[in-house]
Amino acid sequence: MKHKLRFAAVLLFLPLIFSPLLAQEGEEMQDGLLAEMQIEPPPQAVITVAEDMPNDGGHKLTVRWEFPKEFTSSVVRFEVYRAYSPDGEFVLRGESPNDFYEYLDIGDREEESPNYMPNDSSYYYKIVAVGTEGVSSESEVGGPYKTYGQWFHTGKVPLLIAVILFCIFTIYFVLSAKGGKELYIRPLAGIEAVDEAIGRATEMGKPILYVLGIGTAAEIATIASFTILGRVAKKVAEYQTSLIVPCYEPIVMSVAQDIVRSAYLEAGRPDQYDEDSVFFVTNAQFAYVAGVNGIMVRDLPATNFYLGYFAAESLLLAETGNAIGAIQIAGTDQVSQLPFFVVACDYTLIGEELYAASAYLGRDPLLLGSLKAEDWAKGILMVLMVLIILAVLLGWDAPREWIRVNL
Amino acid sequence: MTRRQLATYIFFGVVVILFAISVALKGFFVTFGAFLTLAIFSFLYDDNPYYKFAEHLFVGVSAAYWMCMGFWGTMVPNLFGRLYPPMVGPVIPALKDNPSDPFMLIPLILGIMLLMRLSSKAGWISRWALAFVVGTTAGLNLVRYLRSDFIQQISSTAMPLYVTNSAGFSLGETISNIVIFIGVMCGLIYFFFSKEHKGAFGAGARAGVIVLMITFGASFGYTVMARISLLVGRMQYLLDSWLGMIG
Repeated sequence: MKHKLRFAAVLLFLPLIFSPLLAQEGEEMQDGLLAEMQIEPPPQAVITVAEDMPNDGGHKLTVRWEFPKEFTSSVVRFEVYRAYSPDGEFVLRGESPNDFYEYLDIGDREEESPNYMPNDSSYYYKIVAVGTEGVSSESEVGGPYKTYGQWFHTGKVPLLIAVILFCIFTIYFVLSAKGGKELYIRPLAGIEAVDEAIGRATEMGKPILYVLGIGTAAEIATIASFTILGRVAKKVAEYQTSLIVPCYEPIVMSVAQDIVRSAYLEAGRPDQYDEDSVFFVTNAQFAYVAGVNGIMVRDLPATNFYLGYFAAESLLLAETGNAIGAIQIAGTDQVSQLPFFVVACDYTLIGEELYAASAYLGRDPLLLGSLKAEDWAKGILMVLMVLIILAVLLGWDAPREWIRVNL
Repeated sequence: MTRRQLATYIFFGVVVILFAISVALKGFFVTFGAFLTLAIFSFLYDDNPYYKFAEHLFVGVSAAYWMCMGFWGTMVPNLFGRLYPPMVGPVIPALKDNPSDPFMLIPLILGIMLLMRLSSKAGWISRWALAFVVGTTAGLNLVRYLRSDFIQQISSTAMPLYVTNSAGFSLGETISNIVIFIGVMCGLIYFFFSKEHKGAFGAGARAGVIVLMITFGASFGYTVMARISLLVGRMQYLLDSWLGMIG
């Protein structure tokens, strides 16, 4: 009985012992069958050209090749290899679908990058057509192909023209304003209400809250807001009301402190300037909102100004200000945040009105001149659009295509 | 002790007991997260000590966190790591073999100039660095804005006002293009500041305001939906991660 059991166990394990040998034999048989079937590799691709990408720094090459179209279905993909010399080490750069005979080889300009592709260098390419049955064919090595960096981006000519025109307008109008020419700016409701809002806070004996937003000091909206802050701070100093300026950015705080101090000095009340009225809260967006909302519900300002760069915090701030019954004047160039200010504030400076407000209040020739130049730029924009649309209506599509393709 | 004070103490006691049970069952951090969420939500009722606690904690922690991030995430790898790589070797070994970049002395000097603000006598020096930062950014933005707001505006607006496709005249596309063209023109008229909005010009500006308000309405609805998803995220945390009521 014992021997029978041993025999049965040996029988059971025999296939397991010999299975690797059987598997190996199976693979050999399969290879043999494939060899017998003689699967033909796909035809070779022929590299026709590798062109330097125009208008770049010399770190891109477009490789093109030819391949018989009737064999497209026998190829899975094309692999593109690149080397620095014909007999050098070819490195896989990327892949292209079986029906697309072009590959844009993009390198990096940084020397430390593993994908560094130096400017003004020669490269050699090889295309491998990978067949459906796993067999591949390599093209002849193509090259040398060179990359060149260009000094001038021809596609940006319209931009250059626009910049030159804008600069000419700005210089002309700034010089005109400096020469004493009166430049008209239409009244803006939000700015007309500034004095009224400060007066209200004074009468109520409550502070004024001025929020500069969450932009950096270099943000255009923040720069515009600084000018308005100067004006507001001067009025606040004259009316002897208190001002609260919580800041999101340390540099913004630094500039705001300077502006408020100067405004108090200008108003003849430097002794009333409180260094702590302009302070830093935090650099985190929603923590800043929590902090400012806390200030609002505890100090109950009578007037709130939200002028500058705002993001998702706009409605949270404006809604709290609305709930405490403050008169609110807001302004930002962030289109996505304007709806919230429009619904929750008494006056809203929409987009460019914020810049115009700073010029309107400051009456600085530089600001007035640039605002006038902007109006001219808008006029040219309108004329150009009308002319291009007329051209399209008359069947001449070239100007529109030129702008569309070049930009 | 007044009845109001007594009610406050009882309420506080119940909250403490409930959260003690939650800490035992769910752990400290999940419970503390839920507590802070509820504390911030309590602002919807009124300002209260719970909100004050959460607000002060949030502001204090975030200010400290961003200061550390600014130092370890920006100054160490971007300034010290490029100026003198061996110095940051013990902290970021990947940078220690990089070549030194002497141009990094410029931002270092500008940074020191900005810090001069702390001095009452040399505070004016900080204005030079500030002028450099503001001027450079304004110059760079000039080209960016001209490209996106000026040239691309022409490209996007100047579309055929009579559209035909393979099926012939396309009424829908024609109307769409006409609305875009008129909307952009009226919007631009509204933003003319050096001319009074009177007569035909004023009518154009009024039409521009209507276009803007319609756009804002659409944008408002779209953004509110995105905010709802934020609320859903917090509710999910409370109901699922904390109370385990979902799935």
